[in-house]
Amino acid sequence: MRFAKDPFQFMAASTLIRITVRRVDTLTDLLEGMKKCTDASIFNHTFQSLEQHHFLTERFSNDFAQWALAACNEPRLAEQLASLDIRQYADLATLRADLINTMETYLHEVPDAARRKGFEPFHFCEAITVAVPTAWQAKTLAEFCEGLRHVSVHTVHYHLVAARLREPLAVNDFSFWFEESLGLKGLADRIDQIDIYTNTLEGMRQHILEEAAPWLET
Amino acid sequence: MAGNVTTPLVRSPGKVASLEDYFSVVGPTEVEEIRALAGRLAGRSVKMVNSTSVGGGVAEILNRTVPLLCDVGLSCEWSVITGGNDFFEVTKAFHNALHGAPYDPPPKAFELFLSYSEQNLQHQSFGADFVVIHDPQPVALIKARRSHPSHWIWRCHIDVSNPNPLVWNFLAQFVSRYDAVLISSPNFTRPLPIPQYLIFPCIDPLSQKNQELEADFIRKTLERFSIDPKRPILTQVSRFDRLKDPVGVIQAYKLVRNYKDCQLILAGGGASDDPEGGQVLAEAREAAGGDPDIHILDLPPWSALEINALQRASTIIIQKSLREGFGLTVTEALWKKKPVVASAVGGIPLQVIHKLTGVLAHSVEGTAYQIRFLLSNPSIAARLGENGHEHVRENFLITGNLKRYLLLFLILQNNAQRARNSAD
Repeated sequence: MRFAKDPFQFMAASTLIRITVRRVDTLTDLLEGMKKCTDASIFNHTFQSLEQHHFLTERFSNDFAQWALAACNEPRLAEQLASLDIRQYADLATLRADLINTMETYLHEVPDAARRKGFEPFHFCEAITVAVPTAWQAKTLAEFCEGLRHVSVHTVHYHLVAARLREPLAVNDFSFWFEESLGLKGLADRIDQIDIYTNTLEGMRQHILEEAAPWLET
Repeated sequence: MAGNVTTPLVRSPGKVASLEDYFSVVGPTEVEEIRALAGRLAGRSVKMVNSTSVGGGVAEILNRTVPLLCDVGLSCEWSVITGGNDFFEVTKAFHNALHGAPYDPPPKAFELFLSYSEQNLQHQSFGADFVVIHDPQPVALIKARRSHPSHWIWRCHIDVSNPNPLVWNFLAQFVSRYDAVLISSPNFTRPLPIPQYLIFPCIDPLSQKNQELEADFIRKTLERFSIDPKRPILTQVSRFDRLKDPVGVIQAYKLVRNYKDCQLILAGGGASDDPEGGQVLAEAREAAGGDPDIHILDLPPWSALEINALQRASTIIIQKSLREGFGLTVTEALWKKKPVVASAVGGIPLQVIHKLTGVLAHSVEGTAYQIRFLLSNPSIAARLGENGHEHVRENFLITGNLKRYLLLFLILQNNAQRARNSAD
């Protein structure tokens, strides 16, 4: 049985939403909002929104995409915004630039859509996350699996999704620990490939447990 | 001239709630996480202030939240401001004006409001670490904030997105002196110089309105009201109020009946002590036109278990409001895994995500169509109900409300600490 160099500490993460006074009614205003809003807003409407309706996979998890579809009836723009995979980004500035570029290109091609009022307004919000250690800590893969079975889906989101913006950048906490502390690069790569968009957070938890099972004997 | 006031401290009646009571509903992990957050605030004190200890959603929420805050290790007290009828007439007028109703406030209204606020100030003490003031009635108590390093929070339970400007401007001078405002929907924000946070209204899954019921009690409740348990039941639970559009519900039911056999329940109260309620009830009865499958039930305020049973017995729950605050009757229905057909007004779209946690409609015809659709597709209706239940578990339960308060207190405490550190 492999023992980790450093134990894995599962964190309980809870989020409070701060509502900014930036409210928009058109896609032009949404674009302006994307340029001026805080990084915390970009995070909230892309990374955090994956958690907010984590039990639903039928809707776009990116709030900008969902609003473009549901309020503005612009499905092509919605699909383009939703296709920006947050796993490709290690910083919010690059993600913001790509969101803006997608919007500008679309509104150039479909200028009529720019000023049409949405069915409902879009409010820019910010996510404020507070993380505290849980009682679950792992020194082996078996202990990790035991901990993962017990923690909440918010903990799964914190370590698997939001982690990509924390040091070390662009990797989820689980994969980083598997590779760096247990030397299980193969498992780390498999976990990093999990589709976070088409699975629920509960589904992701099960997926990780299934992927880890064959490695328990190593 | 304002009369004398006293400020009673509220004690929660009955059994004191413990977080562990919610184990079976939200699971041990959620309970552990709440306790872990609360551990960071151990020994801190909280004072909640509102204008009534009984009746109304705010008192209901405080009745549970205050004991739960104590249970997780904070010291929490709840007090109620008092005032004469003249004060509450003014605050009722303010309430309606904040909802956008026309109101030309006499100058004395503001004087009277301030006069009662001064008297309440003399009878209250504000040494708690966190002071949470609920709604406009006690908002001017912020004047007590002096040198004590308390955090002051204004919890606004009403929609102030389109207020009477005179009333709002008067209140805003107090609101802007708080550290934070808590609102129930992003749509309710106002331009303010202080942070605004989202805290949803909530239901208590262990209350009489929401607790699990024996099948036998549900059956007997239907029997008592002569409702056939074997045929589909459509239900709207609401006060008899024009804004809840009971006549529109009956019209939608009649359209559905052209295609599907079903019964309709309109269950509510407020008709006996509200002249307009009586009139709306009469209009609904006239619209029903003697149809034996329309059951109009004017229930007394102590009918929580009966309402619960009627909701649980229903095939579909309707909420065809023309305007709505948050719509906690929708939350109750979703919690009971019921498919909901509701209007896209107020806080309802936050709860009913179209075709995912229920369906939204915009007219009598749309409401009727969506009901027919769900009656024809029971598996889709069941999936909406399951999703709706999860949505409520995640966002609209009293445990989530407790967690968000703890988060807010931690955030304010951390912000203040950071400000002190940077000043040093």
